[in-house]
Amino acid sequence: MEKESSIMVIGGGIAGIQASLDLANLGFHVDLIEKEPCIGGRMAQLDKTFPTNDCSICILSPKLSDCYRHPNIKLHTLSEVQSVSKKEKCYSVEVKKKARFVKEDACINCGLCIEKCPTKVNDKFDMYLRKRKAIYLYYLQGVPAVMAIDKEHCLYLSNLDKGKDICRQCENVCPKEAIDFSQEDQISTFNPNAIILATGFRQFNPSNIPQYKYAEFRNVITGLEYERLICASGPTNGHLERLSDKKPPKKIAFIQCVGSRDIKNQKYCSSVCCTYSTKEAILANEHDSEIQSFIFYIDIRAAGKGFQKYIERAKQEYQVNYVKGIVSEIKIDENENPILYYENIASSELCTMTVDLVVLASAMIPSDNIEYLAESMGIELDEFNFIKTVPSEPIKTTRKGIFVCGACKEPMDIPSSVTEASAAAAQAAQYASQNKGD
Amino acid sequence: MTELRIGVFVCNCGSNIGSIINCSELADYAKNLPNVVFAEDNLYTCSETGLTKIKNGIKEHNLNRVVVAACTPRTHEPLFRGICNEMGLNPYYFEFVNIREQCSWVHQKEIHKANLKARDLVKMGVARSARLEALEKYQVEVTSSSLVIGGGISGITAALSLAEQGFEVYLVEKKRKLGGMLNDLYRISPNYEDPSEYLQLVKKVEQQPKIILHTNSEIISIEGYIGNFYVTIKGQNKVESVEVGTIIVAVGAQVLKPVDYYNYNGKDIITHQELEKLLKENKINQKNIVMIQCVGSRIEERHYCSNICCMNALKNAIIIKERAPDTNITILYRDINTPGTKNELYYRDVRKNEVIFLRYNVNKPPVIEDGKIRVYNNSLKDDIELDYDLVVLSTPLIPNEDNKALSQMLKVPLEENGFFLEAHVKLRPVDFATDGLFVCGSAKWPVSISEAIAQAKATAAKAAIILCKPRFEVEGSTARVDTEKCVGCEVCIKICPYGAITKDDNDQVLVRNVLCKGCGLCGATCPHQAISINHFTNPQILSQINALVERE
Repeated sequence: MEKESSIMVIGGGIAGIQASLDLANLGFHVDLIEKEPCIGGRMAQLDKTFPTNDCSICILSPKLSDCYRHPNIKLHTLSEVQSVSKKEKCYSVEVKKKARFVKEDACINCGLCIEKCPTKVNDKFDMYLRKRKAIYLYYLQGVPAVMAIDKEHCLYLSNLDKGKDICRQCENVCPKEAIDFSQEDQISTFNPNAIILATGFRQFNPSNIPQYKYAEFRNVITGLEYERLICASGPTNGHLERLSDKKPPKKIAFIQCVGSRDIKNQKYCSSVCCTYSTKEAILANEHDSEIQSFIFYIDIRAAGKGFQKYIERAKQEYQVNYVKGIVSEIKIDENENPILYYENIASSELCTMTVDLVVLASAMIPSDNIEYLAESMGIELDEFNFIKTVPSEPIKTTRKGIFVCGACKEPMDIPSSVTEASAAAAQAAQYASQNKGD
Repeated sequence: MTELRIGVFVCNCGSNIGSIINCSELADYAKNLPNVVFAEDNLYTCSETGLTKIKNGIKEHNLNRVVVAACTPRTHEPLFRGICNEMGLNPYYFEFVNIREQCSWVHQKEIHKANLKARDLVKMGVARSARLEALEKYQVEVTSSSLVIGGGISGITAALSLAEQGFEVYLVEKKRKLGGMLNDLYRISPNYEDPSEYLQLVKKVEQQPKIILHTNSEIISIEGYIGNFYVTIKGQNKVESVEVGTIIVAVGAQVLKPVDYYNYNGKDIITHQELEKLLKENKINQKNIVMIQCVGSRIEERHYCSNICCMNALKNAIIIKERAPDTNITILYRDINTPGTKNELYYRDVRKNEVIFLRYNVNKPPVIEDGKIRVYNNSLKDDIELDYDLVVLSTPLIPNEDNKALSQMLKVPLEENGFFLEAHVKLRPVDFATDGLFVCGSAKWPVSISEAIAQAKATAAKAAIILCKPRFEVEGSTARVDTEKCVGCEVCIKICPYGAITKDDNDQVLVRNVLCKGCGLCGATCPHQAISINHFTNPQILSQINALVERE
């Protein structure tokens, strides 16, 4: 089938990747826009996935590679959409590509520059639990597998406007002359026939719930932090340990609905926490069969395929206990062990429980640039800043030719994101074919 | 024969392998194996960096066999084969050795033995790679039309999407009318849409020239393979055969009739499906209505949560309340399942609407006796007694009875409850493991209309990817029959799970390559050793065994 149309996919997480692959396989040219230095998104940060406990990066990485190699897909990393306007049969999209200061086609990811770089920075990919250098690979299996220099922290670049010319060690050591400090941010214009939004989600900051003392207590962490802690490629090489004293925990509490189903924060339900907390509790017990977990919940929401059975297995085989009741406050004892205060709804009693580690199932919220993006695209958001859709048209935004999939429209799990991504590909393909620029 | 030049790449998989197996030592060990000219270890062989190293290895060392010792071929073989192909090496010259699942993960507590085993596995892989043969993938012609089985919202949506992309679609519906369960509903949650709004799509289907509609029809046989399925459709008056390239299963599900639960009688103790009908006919005027959730689901005999019942009950409660605000409605529930934004907000609104929610314990479920409902309440530590004029039971969607017959025709699996089983629950949610077959909607798992629509469109994309090209490539590692040895006993024909083996006009056993998955059952069963499996030939497997037993 003859296709000259091109489609832009914004967001290089699993939803954006799947939509791009499907469209590319349908014969469309795809421009995939990702704001980080590598594609992969949230799924790359997860350790395992429920309910099969497949290693997340292991099932994702072949797709990253497919995306990178596909002749119909062009990856634009470190890139963000600036503005969108409608032309006759297509859109005109301005994309800003931030300078990487590393030539993508020259870097061989040998890592010599990282060794030499003197500046350490808290690593966003590892949820700030580890340091990286100012020149870095976003994550080990990241695609494209090339370094990027963090302008803000690079000794040379951050001192340039002060008239100082210092460091440049990466440049000296690079065997491929891949470092290019002269790179500048670039604005390019694309003319896609249709656009798919797949900008995903970020995690609600639990510091907004003062009674949980997330910012204060080192042994109170978030779900995503836990994922990195338990992941073999994470900051502790997969050894589950407390941030306060590096001791392995034996008793872990998982608190649900942290910032979700909460009138002071997000009124909605984040959909995936009951099941991912179950997974995290199962993994803890797989690491150390002495670990007991307690999941504090309002309602167990596990309607997906195999999810109830997963929960039954967690109870029977992995020492996972479900406590109906939400924790009202967390304190700590002299060893920094968190003490939970809660009402056990089953017994109608006020209780306390001392644990070694608390994991907060923090709400999924829209990515931080969504308002800007929505405004520049002329699409509507819902009251929570998720991209607005109606149940009868789950993939359509409020503007023709712009489609949406994954967690940027509502919290959802990986299978739903992948399903919607394919659906978005079908709709964008259909739209683009009917509105081809002649 | 050209000189064998084998390259071995050992993957640390971060610390997944590297924390147990000493990968650099393993690579050194591999260097001394016969015909190995290059070996190294990488942190992640599947990362772009690792792949580049394989490419450089092939180029710089003139490799003609590549062995990767890493994770599992299930996820990563296509990737490494692709790299070989990209470098001009026949992809079947690639050999995968699994030292993660078969070594570092299972022998974590016996590190020394795990390392010895890893050596053995690599030695076997290297030996086998020396015996690998170049194979070609088969090209299959693709008939550019699709079959959609089921005319509910999923089937209609999938058919329309494919038709609007320009493909011909045969839409087969068992019943007289399209629309499936939509025909039974009064309103749809959470926006109270009249199902007739969705049923507008039925008109679109009827007017769409690309859709060939078969109502009152059923599928009686399916033969063939991707690109070339031969389907026999039995209508009221005639039997028709059609040829299609892909098949989408959208047969939906049915509501469990709760004959064994809560004294169900279809009169004052009914299901929500029956309630919808009464609402349509405006026959609801009872004063005290009690709804019971999870009737026949989330219990020992049926573990799963049916996903849509909570929203449905909430919606019906609101409809009744709006018509007659002084109706007392109590919902007895275990967990309210309203995930996401729209559903949860809806639940909040219902709670404001004077609907009473009482949680019950699965171990002490409500009892209906003498015209009252008694339900144990945890907070009161006592029973609460409720009057009722009408009890409405939320029963789950259960698989259709004829799923089994259809799954056998398609040769695809069902999961333990009888729903269709997709290829991979996470990343291939609408594909079957068999090429060219897809599934959407409640045939796979209970879903809302909105989810069904998304899934249906996803299947349309997946089917279109196949239909938009004239040909499709299938695996080359298939069975082949040695006609000299074959005596025609047909044991292989009976055992083949894919129906890939037949006899030709001369009574000669024949493997249809595109259907064959190379599973090897026929080869193992053949009493005359007349069948060998490409890529898993006897010499290849024996070379592995020999390498293992010839310990130094």
